[in-house]
Amino acid sequence: MSKEAKRMLMIGAPPIVSIIVAFLISALFVLWSKDMRLGEYFAALLKLVTIVFSESFSTKLKFMEVLVYATPLLFCGLAHIICFRCGLFNIGVEGQFILGMTSAGIIGQFTGIPAILQVILIMMTGVLAGGIWALIPASLKALKGINEVVICIMTNFLAMHFSNYVALRSNIADVNATATFMIQANAQLPRFNDSSRLNISTIVVIILAIFVYFFLFSTKRGYQIRAVGLNSFAAQAGGIKVNVNIVLALVISGAIAGLGGALHVAGVQHRLISVAGFPGYGMDAIAISLLSNRNPVACIFVAILFGALRNSSRMFQIEGIPKDTVYIIQAIIIFFVAADLISKYLKQRSRTK
Amino acid sequence: MNLLLSTFYAALRLSTPLIFASMGGLVSEKSGVTNIALEGMMTMGAFFAVIGSYITGNPLIGVIFGILGGGAISVIHAIVCIRLRAQQTISGTAINLFSTAITSFVMFKIFNKGGQTDLVTALPFMPAKWFSEVPVVGSVLRELNWFIFMSFAIVILMQWLINRSVLGLRIRAAGEHPKAADTLGVDVIKIRYICVILSGILAGLGGAALSLSATPLFIEGMVAGRGFIALAAMVFGRWKPINTLAACIIFGLADAVQIMAQGLGWNMPSEFYSSIPYVMSIFTMILFAGKAQAPKACGIPYTRESDK
Repeated sequence: MSKEAKRMLMIGAPPIVSIIVAFLISALFVLWSKDMRLGEYFAALLKLVTIVFSESFSTKLKFMEVLVYATPLLFCGLAHIICFRCGLFNIGVEGQFILGMTSAGIIGQFTGIPAILQVILIMMTGVLAGGIWALIPASLKALKGINEVVICIMTNFLAMHFSNYVALRSNIADVNATATFMIQANAQLPRFNDSSRLNISTIVVIILAIFVYFFLFSTKRGYQIRAVGLNSFAAQAGGIKVNVNIVLALVISGAIAGLGGALHVAGVQHRLISVAGFPGYGMDAIAISLLSNRNPVACIFVAILFGALRNSSRMFQIEGIPKDTVYIIQAIIIFFVAADLISKYLKQRSRTK
Repeated sequence: MNLLLSTFYAALRLSTPLIFASMGGLVSEKSGVTNIALEGMMTMGAFFAVIGSYITGNPLIGVIFGILGGGAISVIHAIVCIRLRAQQTISGTAINLFSTAITSFVMFKIFNKGGQTDLVTALPFMPAKWFSEVPVVGSVLRELNWFIFMSFAIVILMQWLINRSVLGLRIRAAGEHPKAADTLGVDVIKIRYICVILSGILAGLGGAALSLSATPLFIEGMVAGRGFIALAAMVFGRWKPINTLAACIIFGLADAVQIMAQGLGWNMPSEFYSSIPYVMSIFTMILFAGKAQAPKACGIPYTRESDK
C-alpha cells in the first residue's frame, strides 16, 4: 500500500467501521423488539438497513425530508467542531440552538418589516442569542477555570424553560396550540417547492461548513484555536492567548448553534413550539462531529446520514420497533469513536507487521 | 410554621437522590475518573427499580434492580475510560444518551407505550406509628422514608471510607498522583474500576430513590439534570462527603421551595420556579469552584509504564 493510501485508510476506516459496527449491534435490539430468534439475525439487520434506506433515499421527496433534518444537525455539528478543535466540549449547543429558535419565534412576530430585512434580522438575533448564551460558560471557564460542561448543561435547562415560557405563557403564545403564533410571511425562509419543508437554510449551512473549514485551517485565528486545542501549554509558550481563544471558540460555536435554531424556526417550524424535553439536535450533533473526525466538510455527509436516521425513526415505530433504536445506534457510534478502538487496532497491526 | 416544616421534609426527600448520586460522583472523581455519566446511571437506576418492582411486586427487589442497572452501565463507562483510555466526558455523554435510549426502548417493549410506565409498588414510608412514639423527634422521623436514612448512613460510610480506611488512602492516591501510587504497589487500574462501578451502584440507588418515591413510576426525562446537579453539589462540597451532603440538602431545598412556591399562587410563570435549582447550581459553581480542590489526576487516563 502506498503511504498516501495508508494515511487515507487510517482516517477513513475508523468512522466507517464504527457506523457498521453500530448497525450490527443495533440489529440485536431489532431482534429483541420483534421477538425474533437469534437465527433470524440477518433478517433483522436487513430490516434495519432497508427501513433507513427506503424511508430516506428511495424518492426525491424523501431525500428532501432527510435534508430538512440534516440542516439543524449540521449547524450543531459545526458548532461542536469549533469547540472540539479548541479542546473544549460545548455540550451547551442544545441550549444555544433553543435560544436561537426562541429569538426567531419572537422577531418573526413583528409586522411591517420588509422580507429580506426581517430574515436578516432573524439571523442576526439568532447569532446574538446563541453567542451571548455561550458567553456564560466561556467567561467562567476563562476567568475562573470552571468546567464548561457542567455550566453548559445548566444553561441548557434554563434555555429550555425560557423557551417554554415564551411559547406557552408570553403575550405571543397561542393558547390553542402550545406554541407561539405563526411568524409573519416576511420572516419565513423561501422553500424550494410546496410539497417539502426544505428551504434555503440548507444552502446557508453548506456554505457555512466550507467557511468554517477555511476559518479553521487557513486563518490565523483558526490556527490559534487549533493550537490551544492541541496543547494549550505549548500555545501559551508560543505567545498565543489561551483564554481569548477559549472564549472566542465557545462564542463562535454558540453563534453558529443560535443561527441554526433561528433558521430552523424561520424555515421549517414557522413558530416556536413548546417542548417537554430537549429537541436533541445539539446532542445528536456530538456524534456527528466526532464521526466526521472534526472536519467541517466531512461533517456535511455525516449530518445527512444522521438526518436519515432521524427521518426513519417514525417508520421504525410503525414497524413495531421502538424509535429509540436510532439513538442506540448513535450512542454506540460515540462509544466507538471516543474509545478510538479501530484506529488503535490499525496502528497495532501496522506496528506488528 | 407548618409550611416551613413541610418544606423542610420535602427538601430532605428531594435531596435523597442527589445525595446518593453525588457520593457516587465523589468516589469516582476521588479515584481520578470524571463522571459526567451520573445522569445516565441515575436514569438506569430509576427505570430498572420500577421494572423490578413491577415484575416482582416487591419494591425492595426493585431497589436491587436499580442498583444493578446503574452498576451495569457503569461497567461500560469504566472499560471505555480506564481500559480504552477514552475522553471521559465524551464517554459520559454517550452513557447518558445510551441510558435514555435503552430505557425508552425497554419501556416500549414491556409496557407497549412510550412516555411513562404504569404505577408500581412503592417502598412503604417509615412505619409512622412506631416512630411517632419516639419522644421529641418522633414527629420529624415519621415524615421521612427509608431512603433518607440510607443516604445519611452512606455519607457517614463514605466519610470513613475516603478519609480513614486503607482503601480510601489508595483511592485518593490514584486520583492525586497515580504514578506515585503505582510505584508503591497500588493497582491504580483496579482501584479506578472499583470506584467507577461503586459510583454506578450509588447513582443507581439515587435513581431508585427518585422513581420509587411518592408516585412510584418512571417518566421519560424524570431525572431532569439531577445527575449534573449532584455533580455541582460535589463541587460545592469541595469533594468532601459531609460538605457535599450539606450542598445536596441546599439543592433539595431549592427544589422544595420551587414546588411550594408554585402552590402559593404568586403571579409568576412555572418556568421561573423550575429554573431556580439550575440558577443556584451555576452560582454555587461560580462561588465555590476552584481548581485546587479537584483531585489532580481527575480526567486523565492512566497508562502503566509496561503498557506504553
